[in-house]
Amino acid sequence: MIAFPVFPIFTLLIVLGLAPVLPGIANRTKSALTGRRGAPVLQLYSDLGKLWRKGVVYSRTTTVLFRLAPVVLLATSLLAGGLLPLDGRVALLSFPGDLVAFAGLLGLGRFFLVLAAMDTGSSFEGMGASREVTFASFAEPALFLCFTVLVLATGQLQLAGMFGVPLAAAWPVAAPSLVLAAAGLFIVTLAETCRVPVDDPLTHLELTMIHEVMILDHSGPDLALILYASSVKMALFGSLIVGVLAPRAHEQRVLAFGELILGLGLVAIAIGVVESIMARLRMNRVPHLLVAASALAGLALILLLR
Amino acid sequence: MSGFDSLGLRNRRAIPLGSIVHEPIDAFRRTVGDAVRNEWRLAAFFGLPEAPGSTRLLAILADDQRGELGATSTLVGDRYPALTPDCTEAAYFEREVAEQCGVTPEGHPNLNPVRRHPPDHAVAVPSADTFDRERYLFSQIESMDIHEVAVGPVHAGIIEPGHFRFQAHGEEVLDLQIMLGYQHRGVERLLESLDRDRAVLVAESIAGDTVIGHAGAYCSAIEALARVRKTPRAQAIRGITLELERLANHIGDLGAIAGDIAYQPAAAYFGRMRGECLNILMILSGNRYGRGLIRPGGTLFDVPPAMVTDLRDRLQRLRSELAPVANLMLGHASVQARLEGVGKLPRETGLELGVVGPVARACDIPRDVRHDHPYGLFRFAHVPVATAWAGDALARTLVRWLEVQRSLDFVIEQVTSLPKGPIRVECGALRPNELVVAMSEGWRGEIVHVAITDAAGLVRRHKVVDPSFHNWPALAVSMPGNQISDFPLCNKSFNLSYAGHDL
Repeated sequence: MIAFPVFPIFTLLIVLGLAPVLPGIANRTKSALTGRRGAPVLQLYSDLGKLWRKGVVYSRTTTVLFRLAPVVLLATSLLAGGLLPLDGRVALLSFPGDLVAFAGLLGLGRFFLVLAAMDTGSSFEGMGASREVTFASFAEPALFLCFTVLVLATGQLQLAGMFGVPLAAAWPVAAPSLVLAAAGLFIVTLAETCRVPVDDPLTHLELTMIHEVMILDHSGPDLALILYASSVKMALFGSLIVGVLAPRAHEQRVLAFGELILGLGLVAIAIGVVESIMARLRMNRVPHLLVAASALAGLALILLLR
Repeated sequence: MSGFDSLGLRNRRAIPLGSIVHEPIDAFRRTVGDAVRNEWRLAAFFGLPEAPGSTRLLAILADDQRGELGATSTLVGDRYPALTPDCTEAAYFEREVAEQCGVTPEGHPNLNPVRRHPPDHAVAVPSADTFDRERYLFSQIESMDIHEVAVGPVHAGIIEPGHFRFQAHGEEVLDLQIMLGYQHRGVERLLESLDRDRAVLVAESIAGDTVIGHAGAYCSAIEALARVRKTPRAQAIRGITLELERLANHIGDLGAIAGDIAYQPAAAYFGRMRGECLNILMILSGNRYGRGLIRPGGTLFDVPPAMVTDLRDRLQRLRSELAPVANLMLGHASVQARLEGVGKLPRETGLELGVVGPVARACDIPRDVRHDHPYGLFRFAHVPVATAWAGDALARTLVRWLEVQRSLDFVIEQVTSLPKGPIRVECGALRPNELVVAMSEGWRGEIVHVAITDAAGLVRRHKVVDPSFHNWPALAVSMPGNQISDFPLCNKSFNLSYAGHDL
């Protein structure tokens, strides 16, 4: 008999509540570094509130898939969040091999978003869907390779098991591998959260968009769900990076959770810094970057196996 | 070599209309074709309605090496054998003539309308005019693997309307067709029918970002026909403001290119510095785009001595601020990698299409009216011609940056050594039955205004060729083989005017 998991629910709710701050921090960092004042950090909350109050427009060519996608996307993101041990030890849901479920849930959300994009029949959205799937097929292997490194370094097969003490214990013996894996995860994060150098969240040019062009037809609360789910995704990947780079082995759960929140802020700042110092990659070079993430993780693996 | 090079036609020098040769159509085609193969290029080609059932076709040719202009003409009925098969440069002009004058160039390979408007320079009721101006035929590649992407005329950003249709295989563009004309206002008709005070306002509005360029060319055409000589001070102010307009737009373009590739630092700083150039124009003319400054006979506003110091300080500050940002951007590996090879326009294709301005100079075609057909201030003070050779988006960016540096040096030098004297002289009646070609190097390239007066000294035909007219077809041919996601960047590196093209 397990007790009602009060603390994991509490931490998950806080992370879900704070997720929209992260894009705000990234954008604000970018503004500050490029000599502009920029939008408020809490801008996304206002945007979500505004969209939530608006009506929805559905194209006559769309089917139920189009309406389903935002809900599925959010639901899968929330579930994936439940798999992460936000205080470093305990996750809401946990079972051996749950890291495959984590990737699978995000993949399912993406799958529905792609279906919705194709459902509109627009050539723009079809183009975006094709790009999203192409790049995901490079990003997912990189994610799995990173997970493999963590599994090998800790001997654990579930996310909740690996991120606390086992990873802290692995650092002294496998530091190079873990750094490489974290770098790989960071690149995957940039791709999954649609940031420069993979995608450009600021652009208005449909022909160059990846993620944004897939959601052009969504409006009102549907769009709010998608935008919110994207910010949750940033929080999830951020939590993975923080978990790898700063495993919390101590017993104070509140302190450990506080460290995660601080770490998430730093990841958002790092994303903002990357966005300010480089141009976006040409689209046919994006796979090279993602393959580089796989290569980093692969190198980490070789270092572990030697 | 040909009859027209002894006419004495030069940039902004009027000649009697009667001195332009009338040739039979076959000889006309041969003359133009031979000239274009021998260093000449087509600067303007248009129809002049003469009598019922007969239209006079005029070709204005330019020899950039010798700084000479030439003109020849022919009389045609409702159809004539097209020049295009022998002279690719004429292709777009002949489509325009077919639309404006209702004259069919037979054997033209692609006779789509240019702006989709009713004929406005046709001889009375062209009965044989079968040209359907509403019907734009898009070619389509028949294959299950090809998808068609249509963009515009309404775009996501705040830009002008234009329709782009891509045939793409995955991410690769196989074909791009551009349909324009949404901004057609009948500029040429207005310039011909309005009185001079109102016409100059229309000239200023031909392209909203090329106020000085078009107003300068328009006024010079009028001044040449009225035999008015501008004062050196007026010439200097016009030259300086033309360069300021170039600075504002080139700097804005550098920022916009940076924005398109998501290189934020340069986008933000160049955006601000573009504003600084516009502010300087504001100080000089009371308008950020220089409206209301240039009028026939000179300029409306003078530059008081107290203003000169302020301008010099602002320009010098601008120069010291620009270099670090440009070096940061153009020296950055990710920026270079992003721009290199995008939208490559081979030199031969550029020559064939007759491209002008920075687009031409970026593929090593050193065309620059300020240098080749010097006028006004540029006869006494030279701005070096900036060229690059690769013809891609990076080359177009580099050419802009080189021109920014040279124009800035030029403006600082000129603003501190303004000649003394009045700024405006009276501009009276125009000489009857004359033709003048006024060319000016706007920031997008060669602006051509051709004005022809009738027996009463009124403007009978005013032909405007915006640089965008030459360069839009080049954008379409530079895209095939590129990634469709690179189109916005390629388009930005050309940065052509919709309004200037649509007239």
